[in-house]
Amino acid sequence: MTDVAGAPGADGAKAPEPAAERKVSETLHFARRNPKLLIGSSIVLGLLLIGLIGPFFVGDDPNAYVGPQSEPPSGEYWLGTTSFGQDIWAQFVYGLRSTFLIGVFGGGVAFVIGTAIGFVAGYKGGIVDEILNMITNVVLVLPAMVVLIVAVAYLDARGVFIQGMFIGLTSWPWAARAVRSQTLSLATRDFVDLARLSGRRTWRIITTEVAPNMSSYLVMTFILLFGSAILIAAGLDFIGLGPTNGVSLGLMLESAVAWSALQLEMWWWFIPPGLGITTLVGSLYILNVGLDEVFNPKLREL
Amino acid sequence: MWRYIGRKLAVYLLTFVVAVTINWMIPRFMPGDPVRSMLSRASISDPEALERMNSYYNELFGLDTPLWQQYLSFWAGLFRGDLGISIMLYPEPVIDIILRAVPYTLAVLLPAILLSWIVGNRFGAYAARSKILDNTILPVGYVLTATPYMWLALLLAWAFAVVLGWFPVANGYSFSLIPAFTWEFIWDLVMHWFLPFLSMFVVALGGWAIGMRNMIIYELEADYSNYLQALGAPRKLIRRYAFRNAMLPQITGLAVQLGTIIAGALLTEIVFNYPGLGSLILDSLTNRDFFLLQGIFLFVVVGVLIANFIIDIVYVLVDPRTRVQMTGGAA
Repeated sequence: MTDVAGAPGADGAKAPEPAAERKVSETLHFARRNPKLLIGSSIVLGLLLIGLIGPFFVGDDPNAYVGPQSEPPSGEYWLGTTSFGQDIWAQFVYGLRSTFLIGVFGGGVAFVIGTAIGFVAGYKGGIVDEILNMITNVVLVLPAMVVLIVAVAYLDARGVFIQGMFIGLTSWPWAARAVRSQTLSLATRDFVDLARLSGRRTWRIITTEVAPNMSSYLVMTFILLFGSAILIAAGLDFIGLGPTNGVSLGLMLESAVAWSALQLEMWWWFIPPGLGITTLVGSLYILNVGLDEVFNPKLREL
Repeated sequence: MWRYIGRKLAVYLLTFVVAVTINWMIPRFMPGDPVRSMLSRASISDPEALERMNSYYNELFGLDTPLWQQYLSFWAGLFRGDLGISIMLYPEPVIDIILRAVPYTLAVLLPAILLSWIVGNRFGAYAARSKILDNTILPVGYVLTATPYMWLALLLAWAFAVVLGWFPVANGYSFSLIPAFTWEFIWDLVMHWFLPFLSMFVVALGGWAIGMRNMIIYELEADYSNYLQALGAPRKLIRRYAFRNAMLPQITGLAVQLGTIIAGALLTEIVFNYPGLGSLILDSLTNRDFFLLQGIFLFVVVGVLIANFIIDIVYVLVDPRTRVQMTGGAA
C-alpha cells in the first residue's frame, strides 16, 4: 500500500524546486480557504483521535458487564448502557478504532489492486487492456456485498484483517476503471514517450512518470475506497458476519437490533454507532469534494 | 450497436459463469465439512430425516466423483432449476422458498430505485443552478450516501413506528390477517411496505443528486455550452442540453450502483423483518442453511445481470451516438 501511495510524493521532490514550491504553497493557500476541506478533515481527525486515545480511558474489555442495565446516557455512562449493562461509550470508542482499521485495510487492498490493474491496463493497452477490462467488468457487475456474504459465511475464524482482505478483493473494479482512463490520457504524452524511449522498465515509468501526475486523483480514489470499505464492513457486521470476538460499530447495531433496542425505545443503543459511521464516511466524502476543488482550479469559482 | 450489445452480452455471460463457479467452489475449497457442520447446527432431532439429508447432500455434492464431474453436474442441476433442498425448511426445495420471497424484495426495490433515480436527478439539476441551493443539497446528499441503509431504516422505524406509531414495525403483513385479495389486506400490505421503501428511497436519493449535480456542472463548462452562451442562447436552453447530456452517465451509474442498492435492500429488509430475500439470507445464516444461501446468491446475481442488460438496452435507445452507429452501419 505504501509503495504506490508513497511513490508520488517521493518523486515530486525531485521536480525543479521553485516550481514545486510555488505549486505547494498555492495548493496550501486554497486548502486553507476551503471550508469543505477544513470541516471534513477536522471531523475525520477528531474521530480518529477518539478512536486512538479513547480506548485508553475506558476499561480493557468494551464488552464487559460493568454497569446497571438499560440505563440512558448519564454523567457516569456517557452514552448509556446496553440491556446487559455494557458501557456503550466504551464500545463506541473501540468500535471507532476497528472502523478505521477496516477502512484502511479494506480500502488499501482495493486501492492496490485497483490502481495496479488500472495502470497496467491503461499503459499497456492492446490485448492486456482487453483482458484486464473484461476481468474488471465481470467483478463490477457481481454484487460485491452478496459475494461477500456467501464467502464470509463459510469462514469459521473471522477477524478485521480477513474481512478487510475480502472487502478489498471485491470492491476494486471502479477504481481500476477510473485509474485506467486517467492513465490512458497520460500514456501518450511526450514525457512518457521520452521515458519509454530511454528504455526504462514499464513499472518504473508508471511509478515515476504516470502516478505522480495523478497523485491528487489517487488520494481521492483512496479516500472513496476507504469510505466504502467502512460501509461494506458495517453491513457485513450487521448481519452477523463481523469479527467473531471483538467490537465494531456494525456489531453494535447488530446487537441493538437482536436484543430489540428498537421496541424497548433504547435509542442510545442504536443511534451512536450509526451516527459514528455516517459522520465519518460523510466527512470523508465532503473532504474529498474540498480536495477536488483545491486541486482542480476549474471547480473553484462555483 | 450490435457490437456493443454483443460485448455486453459476453461480459454478462462470463460474469454468470464466474458467479456459478464461485458458488460451486466456496463450499468445496473452504476448510471443514460444510454438510456436517450444516446438519449438526440445524438441530434436527429426527435421526431418520438427518440420515436422509446426509445421503441426499453427499449425492448432490457427488463427493466421490472427480472434481470436473462435480462441476458439470452442478451446472446440469442448475439448468433443471434444482438448487437443492433447504435444511431449515426441510424438505422444501430451495427454489420454492426463494420464489416466495422475491415478490416482496421486488416490491421494495423497484419503486425505490426508479423513484430515487428520477427525484435525485431533479434535485441534482436544481443544485447546479445556484450556489445557495448547491451548498444545502450537496452536503445533505453526501451525508445521505454515507448513511448505512440499515441505520436509516432503524431511525425511521424508531421515529414513525415506535414513537409515533403510524406504521407497523415489522413483517410483511399483520399475522392476524389471512392473505386474501381484499382491501383490508392490501392496505395492511401497503402500510408494512412503506417504511422499508422509504428508507431505501432516501439513502439512494443522495447519490443520484450528487452525480447529477457533478455531471451538469461538467456539461455547463463544456465547449458547446460556452459556444451556445456566446451565441446568446437563453440559459434555459443551455441547461436543457446540459441536462440531456448529463442523463447518459447517470444511466450507466444506475447499472453500476445496482449491486449496492440490492445489498441495501437486503439490509433494510432485515431491520423491518420484511419477508424478502434479505430476511431469508439472515435466516439461512443463523440456521447454517448454505444451500438456501447459495440459491439466494445465484438468484440475486441473475437478477443483477438481467437488470444490467435492461439498462444497457435503454442506454442504446436514448444515446444518440449508439443510434448513429447503428444507422451508419446500415448505410
